[in-house]
Amino acid sequence: MSKVKNPYLPEMATVQEIIQETHNIKTFRVTLNNEERMKAFSFKPGQVGQLSVFGVGESTFVINSSPTRMDYLQFSVMQAGEVTTRLHTLQPGDQIGVRAPLGNWFPYEDMKGKDVVIVGGGIGMAPLRTLLLYMLDNRDDYGKITVIYGARSPQDLTYSYEFEEWRSAPNMNLVLTVDAEAPGWEHKVGLIPNILLEENPSAENTVAITCGPPIMIKFTLQALKKLGFEDENIYTTLEKRMKCGVGLCGRCNIGTSYVCIDGPVYSFAQLRKLPNEL
Amino acid sequence: MAKYLKNDDLGQWLSELGADYKVYAPVQEGDSIAFRPFSKGKALRIDRHATVGPKEILFPACEELLRFSYQKDEENPGRENIQVQVEENATPTLIFGSRPCDARGFDVFDGAFTQCSVKDSYYIARREQAAVVSIACTRTENTCFCNWVGGAPDGTNGSDVLLTPIQEGFVAESITEKGEALLAGSNLLAEATPEQEKEAKALRAAAHESLPEAPDFECMPEQLYGLFDNMDFWEKQSAKCISCGACTYLCPTCHCFNITDERQGNEGERLRTWDNCMSRQFTQEASGHNPRSEKAYRLKNRVGHKFCYFPELHKGHIACVGCGRCIKSCPVSLDIRQVVTSAKECRLPAEDNDNE
Ligand SMILES: Cc1cc2nc3c(=O)[nH]c(=O)nc-3n(C[C@H](O)[C@H](O)[C@H](O)COP(=O)(O)OP(=O)(O)OC[C@H]3O[C@@H](n4cnc5c(N)ncnc54)[C@H](O)[C@@H]3O)c2cc1C
Ligand code: SF4
Ligand code: SF4
Ligand code: FES
Repeated sequence: MSKVKNPYLPEMATVQEIIQETHNIKTFRVTLNNEERMKAFSFKPGQVGQLSVFGVGESTFVINSSPTRMDYLQFSVMQAGEVTTRLHTLQPGDQIGVRAPLGNWFPYEDMKGKDVVIVGGGIGMAPLRTLLLYMLDNRDDYGKITVIYGARSPQDLTYSYEFEEWRSAPNMNLVLTVDAEAPGWEHKVGLIPNILLEENPSAENTVAITCGPPIMIKFTLQALKKLGFEDENIYTTLEKRMKCGVGLCGRCNIGTSYVCIDGPVYSFAQLRKLPNEL
Repeated sequence: MAKYLKNDDLGQWLSELGADYKVYAPVQEGDSIAFRPFSKGKALRIDRHATVGPKEILFPACEELLRFSYQKDEENPGRENIQVQVEENATPTLIFGSRPCDARGFDVFDGAFTQCSVKDSYYIARREQAAVVSIACTRTENTCFCNWVGGAPDGTNGSDVLLTPIQEGFVAESITEKGEALLAGSNLLAEATPEQEKEAKALRAAAHESLPEAPDFECMPEQLYGLFDNMDFWEKQSAKCISCGACTYLCPTCHCFNITDERQGNEGERLRTWDNCMSRQFTQEASGHNPRSEKAYRLKNRVGHKFCYFPELHKGHIACVGCGRCIKSCPVSLDIRQVVTSAKECRLPAEDNDNE
C-alpha cells in the first residue's frame, strides 16, 4: 500500500468559541482534538485552512489568529453559500474537520526593519489581522505600522473589540473608515483608496499589503502607485475558487500558478508576470 | 526479446492474468467501446479505438475519498461526535488494449498527481498496482495526431507491454520490468520469429507514414501567452462551443475534479468526481466575480493548460496525447487541431514593452 500521506483527510477539531462579528460574519475559535497535534501545530501568517462540515462540504478560510498566540486557530466566515451557511449554525462544542496550514504566506521575514501599510476592506481584514498581530507580538522587528480598515458601515467592521489593543501599540496608526456618515461614528468617512491618499504614508522602505473586494483592490493599487509604491512592495491575497487546496484539482490556476499552493499571497510584481486572468 | 501470442490464445492469456490482476479490456457497449472487467468468453473490441479510454480505471469518474458518520455523544446528548474513515481498496489491476496515446495519458496523470509538491495518495495507490498492456496502432484514424504532440502509433510511454497486431497474432515486447514479468509468466507466449518481428516492424512503420506531418509546437507557450489578451481570437475559436464538457470527460489527460459531500441520515461520504473546466461554475467565486465567465476564457484555459502551462511545469510535456476523442465526440465539431494550428500561425503584435 502506498505510503503517501492522504492530502484530503481532515483532522477533527472542536469549535471552542464563536463571535458574531457583523450581521453576516462569524468568527470561530477551534482547537484540534489531538492534543499532541495542536501543540505541534505551526503556520505562517497568511496561510489558510479548509474547514469541513461533513455532509455539506469544505471551504477555504484564512487562519486569522497569529502564530504567536496558539491557544486556538481562528477563522472568520462570511455567509456566502452552502458551507458557510452551515458553519454559521455551529455551536461551541461542535465538531468540524480542518486541513491546515495550506498555501503560502506574507513575506513577514523580509518585511523586518521596514514600515508597513495595511489596507483592508470588509472580510479582507481577516488575513491582515494575522499579520498585524504577528507584528504587534514582534513589535521591535518592524517600523511604523499604518492600518487603514474600511467597511460599508460601523456595524460591518470585524474585530472592533480589538481596536483598542491595536491602537495602543507603539508607533501604530489605526485609521477606520466607513462609506457613509453614521450616528456616533467618530472616525473617517470615505472610500478606502481616498482615505489612503489622505493619510499619505511614505513609500520609502515600506511594504504595503491590501486585501478586500476586487474593486477595492483595484483602486487601492492605483492609490499606492500614486504614493510611489513599487509593484515589488505591494502584496495582496487572491480569492480564487478552490476545492482541493493542495494543487491537484486544477481549479484555481492563473496560467502556471496555482493559487492554493503558490498563493494566495502575491506581490503585484508577481501578478504582472502572470497571464491577466484575475 | 520479443514474444509472440496467437490470436486464439488471447482470451486464455487474459484469463491467466486474471489470477493475479483484475483485468480490464475494451468491449462493445451499446454504441460505444469502453473498458470493462474481462471475463472468459467476453468478446473484445480491439480492432478500433475505444470510445471511452481507460482513464477511469485509474481515476474513477466518481470515487469515495472518505466516509463519515455522526453519533450522539453518550455523556453529552446535545453533542455529536464524528467518525471519519478511509477505505483503501486499490487492487492489482491490468489494463489490456489501451492504445499508446491512452497510455501516454497516464504519463500526464503521473506528472499532475505524483510529480508535484502534494501527491494524490488515491491515484498513486492504484497506479502502483496497475499494469498496462497496450496495442500499437497499425491503422490510424483521420482524427489521430499523436505524432504532433510527442507520441507515436507505437509509442511506449506509460505502457508495461506493447503488442503489435500481425497476421493471426501479436508480437509482444516488454517495456518495463513489470511487463517482462507479465510476458515471462505464461507458456502461451513463444519467442517471436525474425519474420514475425519484421512484419510487426513494417506495419508500425506504415502507421507512422499514414499520419499527417507534425507541426513544430516548440513555440506554443510563447504563442499562447502572446494571444492571451486577444479575446477576438478566442471568441472566434470558441464560437460554436456549447460548454457540454464531452471533450474534458473523454480526454485521457484531463484530470480536474470536484469534491462534494453526500449525507444520508447519520452517515455519508465525501466524493471526488471528474469536473469540467468548460463549465461556467468551475471558477465562480463567492463575491460573484468569475474570471472565466465566458466560454472564450474557458477554451483559452483548456488549450493553454495542455499546450503551455502543463509543458512549462513538466519539462515540456504537452498535456494532449493526440487521441482525437475530443474531436470525434464534440457535438459541434470543434477541432483542437485547428485551434492550436491557428494559434501557432497567428502573427503576434510586436512586443508591447509594457511588461518588462
Ligand atoms: C485563499 C482563500 C481564502 C479565503 N478566506 C476567507 C475568509 O477568511 N473568510 C471568508 O469568509 N471567506 C474566505 N474565502 C472565501 C470562501 O472560501 C468562500 O466564500 C466559501 O468557500 C464559499 O463556500 P460556500 O459553500 O458557502 O458557498 P457555495 O454554496 O459553494 O457557493 C456560494 C458562492 O460562492 C462561490 N464559491 C464556492 N466556493 C468558493 C471558494 N472556495 N472561493 C470563492 N468562491 C467560492 C460559488 O461559486 C458561489 O458563487 C477565502 C477563499 C480563498 C480562496
Ligand atoms: S465537446 Fe465541444 S461543445 Fe462540448 S465543451 Fe468541448 S469543445 Fe465545447
Ligand atoms: S485534448 Fe483531445 S486529442 Fe488531446 S488528448 Fe485530450 S481528447 Fe485527446
Ligand atoms: S484548489 Fe485544487 S488545485 Fe488549487
